[in-house]
Amino acid sequence: MEPIKFNYTVPGDDFTAAGQASTDLKRKLKTMGVDSKSLRNINISLYEGEINLAIHAGGGEITVLVFPDKVEMYLDDNGPGIVDIELALTEGYSGASDAVRSLGFGAGMGLPNMKKYADEFYIESEVGKGTHIKMIVHLQ
Amino acid sequence: MTFFEFCEKYNLELISKGEDREIEGGFAGDLHSWAMANAHENFAWFTIMGNINTVAVASLNDVAGVVLCQNSPMNQQALEKAQEEGINLAKTKLPIFDIAAMLYNEIGK
Repeated sequence: MEPIKFNYTVPGDDFTAAGQASTDLKRKLKTMGVDSKSLRNINISLYEGEINLAIHAGGGEITVLVFPDKVEMYLDDNGPGIVDIELALTEGYSGASDAVRSLGFGAGMGLPNMKKYADEFYIESEVGKGTHIKMIVHLQ
Repeated sequence: MTFFEFCEKYNLELISKGEDREIEGGFAGDLHSWAMANAHENFAWFTIMGNINTVAVASLNDVAGVVLCQNSPMNQQALEKAQEEGINLAKTKLPIFDIAAMLYNEIGK
């Protein structure tokens, strides 16, 4: 069965738009009858990813594939990449600027939350080229 | 206790009004990642962060309402967005600790 596909473009450094993709996807998945626990996991992991694209990567693309039993989320950017992925996955570590922190971000919980709330989390990053993330949430 | 009842009892000014909800818990904090993970559906969220991202998190998490504490400013664009999305948003001059404690006394969690 062909999955249902949604695409979103996240602009870079535009915090007013950050969250729009997650909000739109949430509405669509709710209409499709996705259970609330899975919806919450999808919400949290995608929102954090969307914010990361906006604040660290200069924007990027989100592709979401909805299958009957799972939701796959792909986040791709051509940003600066992550030098030390293990460090970036450590709770509390943040590379956010003071300006970004003053908006309520930069807690160092972005990638850790994505990893925690997605059932499967894969990340590939190359400095100077960008970051590619795949997250899967299995539907209940 | 519903969000509107709470606002009325403690003199909170409702600046954006949607559907009234029964408050099932509370979360106090300003960092959005923590709020995403801990301000659950039908919770009241106490914060001083009045920007567009607060509205996004409130909407994503389906909170009962946001309480902007200590007269902290609400960004105009964010307020309009909250009104458009029907998100309950109230202001108070009280510090987060005080108003959160009042909710705790009301609902006990």
